[in-house]
Amino acid sequence: MKPKYLPLIATLVIFLLGYALCVAQYPNILSTRVIGNLLTDNAFLGIAAVGMTFVILSGGIDLSIGSVIAFTGVFLAVVLEHTSIHPLVAFAMVLTIATLFGAAMGAIIHYLEMPAFIVTLAGMFLARGVAFVLSIDSIPIKHPFYATLKSLYFKLPGGGRITLIGGLMLFVFAIGIVLAHRTRFGTNVYALGGGTATARLMGVPVAATTIRIYAFSGLLAGLSGIVFSLYTSAGYSLAAVGVELDAITAVVIGGTLLTGGSGFVAGTLVGILIQGLIQTYITFDGSLSSWWTKILIGLLLFAFILLQKGIIYVSRHRRQPA
Amino acid sequence: MQTNDHILQAIRIEKTFPGTRALDKVDFHLRRGEVHALLGENGAGKSTLIKCLTGAYRRDGGAILLDDAEVDPRDTFEAQTLGIGTVYQEVNLLANLTVAENLFLGRQPRRFGMVDVSAMNRRAQELLADYELDIDVTRDLASYSVAIQQVVAIARAVDLSGKVLILDEPTASLDAHEVAMLFRIVRRLKARGLGIIFVTHFLEQVYEVSDRITVLRNGQLVGTRETANLDRRELIAMMIGRELAAEIHAPRAQAQEGPLRYRFRNYGRKGRVRPFDLDVRAGEVVGMAGLLGSGRTETAELLFGAHRADSGEAEIDGRAVDLSSPRAAIRHRFGFCPEDRKTSGIIGDLSVRENIVLALQARRGWTRPIARADQNRLADHYIRALDIRTADREKPIKLLSGGNQQKAILARWLATEPEFLILDEPTRGIDVGAHAEIVKLIEALREKGLSLIVVSSEIEELVAYSTRIIVLRDRAHVAELDGNRITAHQIVEAIAATNERRTS
Amino acid sequence: MIATIRLYFNRLLPQLIALGVIIVAVSLVFPGFLNLEIQNDRLYGSLIDILNRGAPVVLLAIGMTVVIATKGIDLSVGAVMAICGATAAACITSGHSVAATLLITLAVGILCGLWNGVLVAVLDIQPIIATLVLMVAGRGIAQLITEGAILTFNDPGLAFIGSGSFAGLPMPVVIWLVFGVLIAMLVRRTALGMLIEAIGVNRQASTLSGVLTPVLLIAAYVLSGLCAAIAGIIAAADIRGADANNAGLWLELDAILSVVVGGTSLLGGRFSIAASVLGAIIIQAINTGILLSGFPPEFNLIIKAAIIVFILVLQSPRFRTAFSFLVPARGASKPSERAAK
Repeated sequence: MKPKYLPLIATLVIFLLGYALCVAQYPNILSTRVIGNLLTDNAFLGIAAVGMTFVILSGGIDLSIGSVIAFTGVFLAVVLEHTSIHPLVAFAMVLTIATLFGAAMGAIIHYLEMPAFIVTLAGMFLARGVAFVLSIDSIPIKHPFYATLKSLYFKLPGGGRITLIGGLMLFVFAIGIVLAHRTRFGTNVYALGGGTATARLMGVPVAATTIRIYAFSGLLAGLSGIVFSLYTSAGYSLAAVGVELDAITAVVIGGTLLTGGSGFVAGTLVGILIQGLIQTYITFDGSLSSWWTKILIGLLLFAFILLQKGIIYVSRHRRQPA
Repeated sequence: MQTNDHILQAIRIEKTFPGTRALDKVDFHLRRGEVHALLGENGAGKSTLIKCLTGAYRRDGGAILLDDAEVDPRDTFEAQTLGIGTVYQEVNLLANLTVAENLFLGRQPRRFGMVDVSAMNRRAQELLADYELDIDVTRDLASYSVAIQQVVAIARAVDLSGKVLILDEPTASLDAHEVAMLFRIVRRLKARGLGIIFVTHFLEQVYEVSDRITVLRNGQLVGTRETANLDRRELIAMMIGRELAAEIHAPRAQAQEGPLRYRFRNYGRKGRVRPFDLDVRAGEVVGMAGLLGSGRTETAELLFGAHRADSGEAEIDGRAVDLSSPRAAIRHRFGFCPEDRKTSGIIGDLSVRENIVLALQARRGWTRPIARADQNRLADHYIRALDIRTADREKPIKLLSGGNQQKAILARWLATEPEFLILDEPTRGIDVGAHAEIVKLIEALREKGLSLIVVSSEIEELVAYSTRIIVLRDRAHVAELDGNRITAHQIVEAIAATNERRTS
Repeated sequence: MIATIRLYFNRLLPQLIALGVIIVAVSLVFPGFLNLEIQNDRLYGSLIDILNRGAPVVLLAIGMTVVIATKGIDLSVGAVMAICGATAAACITSGHSVAATLLITLAVGILCGLWNGVLVAVLDIQPIIATLVLMVAGRGIAQLITEGAILTFNDPGLAFIGSGSFAGLPMPVVIWLVFGVLIAMLVRRTALGMLIEAIGVNRQASTLSGVLTPVLLIAAYVLSGLCAAIAGIIAAADIRGADANNAGLWLELDAILSVVVGGTSLLGGRFSIAASVLGAIIIQAINTGILLSGFPPEFNLIIKAAIIVFILVLQSPRFRTAFSFLVPARGASKPSERAAK
């Protein structure tokens, strides 16, 4: 087996084991209904995490996605409540804004040679700041089109439903997987994560790739914002605080190296599902407190960092002749 | 010799770095279908010349002709598209991508806009078949040995460029079997009409595979010869020092030697340097001679504890000591000027003063700071004593020239009043004036009764100040010269002798 | 001696100018800004308010400065604040004395720092990743301690730390002033500062020169943990309760920002604790200033973002090489120079 699949398989095994344990205790968890809800409840996080996966694969980080989600929600609420613009047009507008916003951050990171951490931190403040300026109140969205969208679902045997947004998340993951593994852009993302200097020597268009990565992350953060506004039927500038942290965690638990260059988009999906599963279990249990989620996820994070450290250590030693 | 025989010509290439002239009007001609070895010690200008040819550096003067047309690559990638491919010792591929992706990065075959992975893998497999390589191209490059990575790099470079292939120390980390495989490939490419530049420090490999040899020294062209007509001794003389006729005798062979102080028995570390015995007296300069990669730097690092020895004992004045870390060595009054000043010597952003007091301060511990006045006094003292050229002691050390940085690092150790000083290439890459001053300083320290180990690739220099010389070869100490035997001639003989024994 | 003071002053000049500009600007819009009055032997006024409210970030910035000087970063300080606040509240409500509570809390902070430091220095994990673990898990641990509720207490001794006053100044201000001076003395009067800078600039060369690199690295994270503990105690004492969810939330970002505004490079090396403290005060002054000058508070974040971008652009290596003739040393720049660009 190729060692690069090891973290992915470890994630999958942990998820299946965890799921089996949950089922053993609460057989109800093994139902399409629970699975459908798992997808719906984590749709916005999953979509944003796909963008985060690309950013991290390239060796960067994007702290702005939570704020972009909030901005998108507020923007949609304000536009839909105060103008007669159709939601689809508003969606297109907000996606354009989010994409340009990401592209601008990518350009600053590349051309001014500034750390992604700080640039996207500024982006995080800026996006939430603009959301505040648009409105500080939670604005409900009552557009009939929203109700239509929310009523769309695909019925699963056993009473479960894959809602529009749950399905959209799966679709985005599919797109992400194809983009990562079946396009030149995808290979270039991995190449940047392997080493910017070497990638440049090998002819990778570093500037264009960097800008596209952050633009893509911005686009997906915007899409995630739309999903979030569908999910909550409201726009609120204080919403989705800390989503970037959950997304980063999902990416790392999904087996992607936080230093970049190695990992799978599919792993992120499993990472999301593990987080969702822990929450579902705690809800089912009722007596367990929610903080165990964070502690467990922290421990998982630590375990994965150690696992990856170990893999790197072992592979380095295996290759070196004594 | 007609010009059209030449695939690549470099004419009067010049390159100057602040403080040093890295290339001084160097000519280099590469024929079609030849393997041309480019030789010289560290700092001779080999890698600078290569970097000028591949556009990694902008040359300051001279012209590059490829197929008789002037070219001016702005970066390595452009050089590659022009036809000049390079493969480095540190494989310049992406270890986290698959073999096939590395081969076709940026030019993956596509179908309906998607990368056609199976076509790419098939073509990669075919491409590598030409290089006797039948491997799973869908695995990460990192999962293969350096030799295979090297071949993949060559396959990519040849596939992309196809005129000139530069191999920069490709065999440094390969075993004999892998070298043989590499050379079969090199000969096959030669037969295909490529011009191949081969940079190495393994002389027997030069004789095995190359047609012609060009030697550089101190940024200047020493000469280009047919390999068949160049005797090994002559080649070494070309590489490391002046003419053998100009023999300099060590005047201090009769100098007073102090008592035996440092005793290393069976000291070594796997993969770095084979176990050796070494005795050093007070008031003695032990020179370490040998070609690059012979184990001279590894010996120096081991003695200082930069790498832990995994065999043998060390004794000082008859008592067993532990030298497992730099701190332990420093406690026993060791000092060490490393070979790579920039990455292991200077603390670039800190001032000359701070760089000078650093080791002393580290030994005293953080709770006993050296008063600022004392720091100033120390810094000023050494700036004057060693003639460190700096506007003032508060200037960041990275702004100083190489020679002055080296003096400041020497000052860092002198401030700790060391008794055993290990200097690895103390005069590399510094100007002539500073060079002479450092040699004088080594003599002065010896007269004061210090024990010194000096690693240098300048034979003349070693002869001038060593009271004893250890010759290294293939990561082992192979000969020891003292008294009247310390001559440039004897050293070259010792290096060459072991060379011949190995190849015969 | 005078030369040293001048050097010190020059280093802080950009931050002092920035702070001065903000104070003048706010006092033009809000004339009462500069007023100070004494009630019950304690100073009141907007300026004092800034110093008081800025206390947690100032404290975090002190530790963060040292960590960043080693070429590291500590993302966990906000979560450690929450843990320590929760610890303090839990101790005091379970009947421990104030002294015991403080000691236990500080020890918990040090323990958190030790964890981060060992991951970075011994296991050689990248600082940003190593401290992410505690950032994620820390808030959960804090909630575990408070059992999810806001753990309130009424001990006047502990509350005094948050809302009392000493020598006419609010206690938090006294604490960060004393602590800041202590730490600044500790690093500058001993050789710590220089050794830390050496590690941050070139870890390998420092180790070869005999610097005890791993121990100093761990010490830097321990200091950061200690700072977070004090900040956590102040935050809890201020509201007489521990809020595991919100205590110290996103303050790690403000602390990093303070250090950057203070002109310490994220790439490690030269650092100034005083400048970082000024950086934290600048950020608090912006927050308070926007509030007082009648600007809607929603502009707060945008202005903050604009200021970061401006300062970072000045510090960026590309910009510096291109405009080195305009920008003097450390991002010290005047508006005219920006216009010239």
